Amino acid sequence: MRPILFIMPVMQLVVLSYSADFTVTNINIYVEDHDHSSMSQALTQKIAMSDYFNLIEVGNSYDEAYQMVEKNKVDVILTIPQNFSKNMHSAQPTEISIFADAINGTKAGISLNYLQNIIAQFSLEEIEKTGIQMQIPGIETNKRDWYNPDLNYKFFMVPGILVLLVTIIALFLSGMNIVREKEIGTIEQLNVTPIRKYQFIIGKLLPFLIIGMIEFTIGLIIALFWFKVPFEGNFFLIYGFTILYLILILGMGMFISTITSSQQQALFLAWFFMVIFILMSGLFTPIESMPIWAQNFTLFNPIRYYVEVIRLVMLKGSGISNILMHVSAVAGSAILINVMAMISYKKTA
Amino acid sequence: MIEVHNISKSYGSVQALKELSFKVEEGQLYGLIGPDGAGKTTLFRILTTLLLADSGEATMDGLDVKKNYKKIRKMVGYMPERFSLYMDLTVEENLNFFATVFQTTVEENYHLIHDIYQMLEPFKKRKAGDLSGGMKQKLALSCALIHKPRILLLDEPTTGVDPVSRKEFWEMLKKLQQSGLTTLVSTPFLDEAELCDEVALVQNGQILKVDSPHNIAMAYPHRLWQVKSGANYKTLKILKEFDHKISAFAFGNVVHLATNSEVSEEMIEVHLKQNGVEHIQIKPIQAGIEDVFMDLMQ
Repeated sequence: MRPILFIMPVMQLVVLSYSADFTVTNINIYVEDHDHSSMSQALTQKIAMSDYFNLIEVGNSYDEAYQMVEKNKVDVILTIPQNFSKNMHSAQPTEISIFADAINGTKAGISLNYLQNIIAQFSLEEIEKTGIQMQIPGIETNKRDWYNPDLNYKFFMVPGILVLLVTIIALFLSGMNIVREKEIGTIEQLNVTPIRKYQFIIGKLLPFLIIGMIEFTIGLIIALFWFKVPFEGNFFLIYGFTILYLILILGMGMFISTITSSQQQALFLAWFFMVIFILMSGLFTPIESMPIWAQNFTLFNPIRYYVEVIRLVMLKGSGISNILMHVSAVAGSAILINVMAMISYKKTA
Repeated sequence: MIEVHNISKSYGSVQALKELSFKVEEGQLYGLIGPDGAGKTTLFRILTTLLLADSGEATMDGLDVKKNYKKIRKMVGYMPERFSLYMDLTVEENLNFFATVFQTTVEENYHLIHDIYQMLEPFKKRKAGDLSGGMKQKLALSCALIHKPRILLLDEPTTGVDPVSRKEFWEMLKKLQQSGLTTLVSTPFLDEAELCDEVALVQNGQILKVDSPHNIAMAYPHRLWQVKSGANYKTLKILKEFDHKISAFAFGNVVHLATNSEVSEEMIEVHLKQNGVEHIQIKPIQAGIEDVFMDLMQ
């Protein structure tokens, strides 16, 4: 059992960090070319050369293209009209159509974006080449990504996944613990001893706190030295916050454990909270894009606070003054939930 | 000393204990005898302060189970029905753990468990989960004794244990009694009742009778016969139709027949022979606890 406790989280961290990739690549494209000009070929070529698209076929039948979308062989259809190059040369407005398979909405949106960028760039280049004057003065956008200049999604995801692992270990270990003693009957023997409630709860908390911290340290080492995630902030701050957070999660597990009577019930409850907390933590989808009621709900989500803090401190180098709100929220709930666990644990049958 | 006075406890509409009263003297080995569901475990939970009674009072060595539960927890050794040992800890670790939670050490009270623990010594590095039933029972008893309790409560300690271990276990209890320990033990085995100083027969949350095993057996009100034949089941069926019978039960491969005092051996034999039972052996016998219990349960 002991190796599983440490090997599994490490494996999860590595595997998940590589797979939870938000950059969309390998978009299969069908170019429906009715123009057959050198310009349309140049555009096709440009798309095929990009990192994101796989050119599946160049043809001139929309039906054929549609069939391929149906068969899941093509994600995007680009239609170049007949007078494309002619219109371009004569500075006439011209239209290019893009159809995307939107079953996966995110992927479709991102594909369209890429494609629009490529086409816009292409038209600029062509305009420069042919010397046609633009009627409207162009606005040049200057883009700079702060804190993660290369837009390396791993910098963003690895700390978040680390949060998940620490949370899962802490919640499940503590959630299964007391209820297991109920199942095998040892709790009855313990209850007749003079041991005090707080001693019992602390005795249950401390080992898992230590395991959680070891787990976190291993994960952090992998994040820093394997994934090369930058660490801008203060180590003491992140460790201090982790301890606080673990006390909260362990208290939650303890509470679940005291109010249930079988491991099955406890497991079910723990999963219920886990899934809601993970999906609403801002780890995978930004909280800002949730509806207002959901945004308000995340204020009660401990994972949200930890995900934010770990990203703020690690990537942005935030100090204690920037995360005061998080610290007080987590500290407050930690006290509350542990008191609740202590009250609901009764030394009676 | 344990004093129980008019204790009642209900679980919803089920009344587990009905105004139960009895008294265990200092240093007694007291048996609670009754079938499953009689309310024995509920009573133990009340006495160990795990459960509050709906009404009535109980004291352990003069301490009220409601008000002085903290003191009681220090002086009571309790062995629940399921041996509550940590199956993933070794024999030694279990013992050390329970000594520590009672703020004592194994060394300090080793003399109490010396006899029992000697039998476990060869297995002290073995996990509790890998022990046999009898060994688990001995370890559980050691754990219950390690803090030098004044009162020992054993809830069906011999259930699920082989006959040899059962016998050994009762010898240990007898030995412990010599050191002045007050012991309350519940059991569904009537043969074990004979080893107690005093027994209370419990059924449906009520005490049917309290006395020494000897007196209980002596007070059996009927004449008792042991009837043996080749066909036990047939004999039982025919004896149940016997005009003068009070009760007839199968006891192993014989039948115990209770009658009034006017019945003679010949009358039974004639009745059996008329109904085609052969090879009959009939003899009058002294009632045991089991006979009394069966009689009271009717």
